[in-house]
Amino acid sequence: MPIRTISIWMTGVPLAIAAIGFFFSFLASLSPSFYFTWPYFLEVLSAGLLQGVMYSLVALGFVLIFKASSVFNFAQGSMVLFAALTMVGLIEMGLHWTLAFVVTAAVMVLLAIVIERVVLRPMVNQPHIIMFMATIGIFYFLDGFGQTIWGSNVKVLDIGIPKDPIFVLTGLVEGGMLVNSFDLVAAIVGAVLVAVLAVFFQYTRIGRALRAVADDHQAAQSVGIPLKTIWVVVWSVAGIVALVAGIMWGGKAGVQFTLALIALKALPVLILGGFTSIPGAIVGGLIIGAGEQVAEVFLGSLVGGAIQDWFAYMLALVVLLFRPQGLFGEKIIERV
Amino acid sequence: MSEQAKRIGDTLLRVEGITLSFGGVRALNDVSFEIKEHEILAIIGPNGAGKSSMLNVINGFYHPQEGTISFKGRERKRMRPYVAAKQGIARTFQNIALFKGMSTLDNIMTGRMLKMKRNFLWQALYWGPALKEEIENREFCEKVIDFLEIQAIRKTPVGRLPYGLQKRVELGRALAAEPEILLLDEPMAGMNVEEKEDMCRFILDVNDEFGTTIALIEHDMGVVMDISDRVVVLDYGRKIADGTPDAVRADQQVIDAYLGVSH
Amino acid sequence: MIYREAGQFKSSYGADQAIFPILQDRIAVAIMLAIAVVVIPLVAGPYWLETILVPFLVFSMAAIGLNLLTGYCGQLSLGTGGFMACGAFFAYKLSTAFPELHIVLVFLLSGLGTAFVGILFGIPSLRIKGFYLAVATLAAQFFLVWMFNKFPWWNNYSPSGVISAPPRAVFGDFYLTGTQATPEIKYLFLLAFVSVMALLAKNLTRSRIGRSWMAIRDMDIAAEIIGIRPLFAKLSAFAISSFYIGISGALWAFVYTGSVEALAFDINRSFQVLFMIIVGGLGSILGSFLGAAFIVLMPIFLSNAPAALGLHISVELVSHMEFMIFGALIIFFLIVEPSGLARLWQIGKEKLRLWPFPY
Repeated sequence: MPIRTISIWMTGVPLAIAAIGFFFSFLASLSPSFYFTWPYFLEVLSAGLLQGVMYSLVALGFVLIFKASSVFNFAQGSMVLFAALTMVGLIEMGLHWTLAFVVTAAVMVLLAIVIERVVLRPMVNQPHIIMFMATIGIFYFLDGFGQTIWGSNVKVLDIGIPKDPIFVLTGLVEGGMLVNSFDLVAAIVGAVLVAVLAVFFQYTRIGRALRAVADDHQAAQSVGIPLKTIWVVVWSVAGIVALVAGIMWGGKAGVQFTLALIALKALPVLILGGFTSIPGAIVGGLIIGAGEQVAEVFLGSLVGGAIQDWFAYMLALVVLLFRPQGLFGEKIIERV
Repeated sequence: MSEQAKRIGDTLLRVEGITLSFGGVRALNDVSFEIKEHEILAIIGPNGAGKSSMLNVINGFYHPQEGTISFKGRERKRMRPYVAAKQGIARTFQNIALFKGMSTLDNIMTGRMLKMKRNFLWQALYWGPALKEEIENREFCEKVIDFLEIQAIRKTPVGRLPYGLQKRVELGRALAAEPEILLLDEPMAGMNVEEKEDMCRFILDVNDEFGTTIALIEHDMGVVMDISDRVVVLDYGRKIADGTPDAVRADQQVIDAYLGVSH
Repeated sequence: MIYREAGQFKSSYGADQAIFPILQDRIAVAIMLAIAVVVIPLVAGPYWLETILVPFLVFSMAAIGLNLLTGYCGQLSLGTGGFMACGAFFAYKLSTAFPELHIVLVFLLSGLGTAFVGILFGIPSLRIKGFYLAVATLAAQFFLVWMFNKFPWWNNYSPSGVISAPPRAVFGDFYLTGTQATPEIKYLFLLAFVSVMALLAKNLTRSRIGRSWMAIRDMDIAAEIIGIRPLFAKLSAFAISSFYIGISGALWAFVYTGSVEALAFDINRSFQVLFMIIVGGLGSILGSFLGAAFIVLMPIFLSNAPAALGLHISVELVSHMEFMIFGALIIFFLIVEPSGLARLWQIGKEKLRLWPFPY
């Protein structure tokens, strides 16, 4: 990313946050029923950001697949659910979580191979929108399959990450800020994952092949890059990213069917960030996470609550109206 | 020649000082020319000279940073392509742009879009004035189909047709709109000699029978020299020559552009 | 042998443009209509009418609506459930606020209201395409269902949140909704109503407006250059599609289930209707009916088949299996026959034309 873009973001984001904060404190001064204090605002904001890391994790899987095969994988959310269900199931069978992780990762690779064989290969050269609908089919299939095997009860996925609330920044803000240590771990895991992926794509042979495929399928094939292998690799990586996301989500909210729907919120994240940009997925996730948390806490009560259900989508919609290519996408020049 | 000279009328469309750039790339640089009524104008030039961009500017798809276009004496600056279509500018494309899921007849009927006025409630009933309008326009399209000799493929989805026929259907769609100016972007690209001859015949017939003004881009110099009244040559986004085929053929700058110069 | 068009010459363009240009087709359609109107109400029991034919007709309506937008105009929408909810709640508010308003008028007006909402959510389609638009329509889905759920004004401040449709008659004592309504009347009303609406939709698709939708679907840039205004084509597709979907939502709540609740129109409803048009055939009115029949019958088949085979499977497992099988079917159809059941039907007809002499 060019320096200029970074500097715009570095100044723009704090300014935007401050503006929203001052707007809320202005509202609070108008009406006593509107509760607002700065530490509380920051707390909500950070909780939202950490939630956003989760969205970013799911969105990352989408971006990987879209970059390599221009398939918009609607099923990423159900892959998260499926991975989490499998892992919980294995732990319940008595496996240690590390072993369960390895086995589940193997299952995700197997899944990638099956998807490539059964769905992608027969559909090469179909219009993108048809491929998209096929992934809706995968979405349904995986939802049903996972629950057929593992049942649909709410399960707890616990791999020993501490969940205690801790106070941070006690020196800066009066009383400190309350943060869940689990969320912090999730954020760190997310950051590590992104770093690993970035290295993988930038510096390995397979990463280079992958970028070539992303640019032009036919050209890549003509220089001898095996398209099928690449697709299996990408879907496997996306499956493992889904597994990590599933562990984090499952540990936080329990493993259940709604996970697949929550994971759908990675879609507006992608719209904000652009389909092909990994930094976009991360920044988009953070914006959506923080935005919906702040909106829910401070504005939701004004209209009856639960605006989290749709806020992310509306935010994405509004951004699209002004910037159809997303925050990080390039301006599209159409040709005839 | 004298008969032709009589036929050609006043300026129909004037392009003045058009400059178009994408980011840092200048596709067109201060280009001016005019298209006269009833003539066949060829725009030629090496690859990347800005020919297709020029057509895109004329029908409102690209918006030039500088310069003006006046059509039938009225100047216009920024407009959407459908407004250009409404004013009577139709075109075909370099890479065929047919509606692949529709039949030949339906494709040509889309060309009549602007001639049909009944609102959607009448269309939903498909009865009375709407049916009458539908049939009247169908009759016109059948004339176009007869003219282009594509009766046999009337109901075939165009995606299944061979390349040469697709080009013909695309011409039909443009003709169905009864345009005043017809812009043809490489109408003969990728055709064999016979197909080219057919296409030339159609172009000349359109010009002759309907008096339609035609501006075309073409790489086949034989064709260009044979059928056009006037030739405009573009190179690197600039106009380097403008005149009758014979004059352009003798122009030193044109020869340099095509053959390259040693510096 | 029987099914041939040899000797049937058309002497006018009008005859050539008819929906059923072949005589045998017209006879077959007439016979089918006669069976649907006379035989089925006599033969089919209340179970068949209430749980299969009524939802089939309601879903056909929704599928036609979505097919106009997605199949014909190429704008993928995942907000069908939300628009159905619009129709249902608009109809409820209208019929309770104006009890004397005729029920058919209520349905049409709630369709109009939904069309307006559809235009609002269709505005982004002018700037965004494909997947982007699909995600944008999710905003409609979640927002609309949330709105109907959250504001008690929509259910007239009913404490339970679940409300039953008020009893209304088509004419005289023939009640269409409420406890006095009989399955036969519901079925016959829906049959007539949906058939007329389907005919109108078919007419639209073979007129100027339908061609402008297909042009936008197949190549939007070329469409604009030959004089189609994308603004008008896309928004009219959104409006008319939402009109149909809204009416189907009203029919769902009033005629099929008899109760109005927002949760019946969650995102799975959107997928269900989308599956119908994929299975039935994108860009085909007939396909909308075939797809609706398929998706309505499938779960009934699934829940009865194991019992018939002597297997006992829990209800929960059946519902999970249903998900799996739907998913697999969608993939199967997209790979094997992307044009759906409607295309298979057409192929069958072409075969029949040659039968019994294949050459």
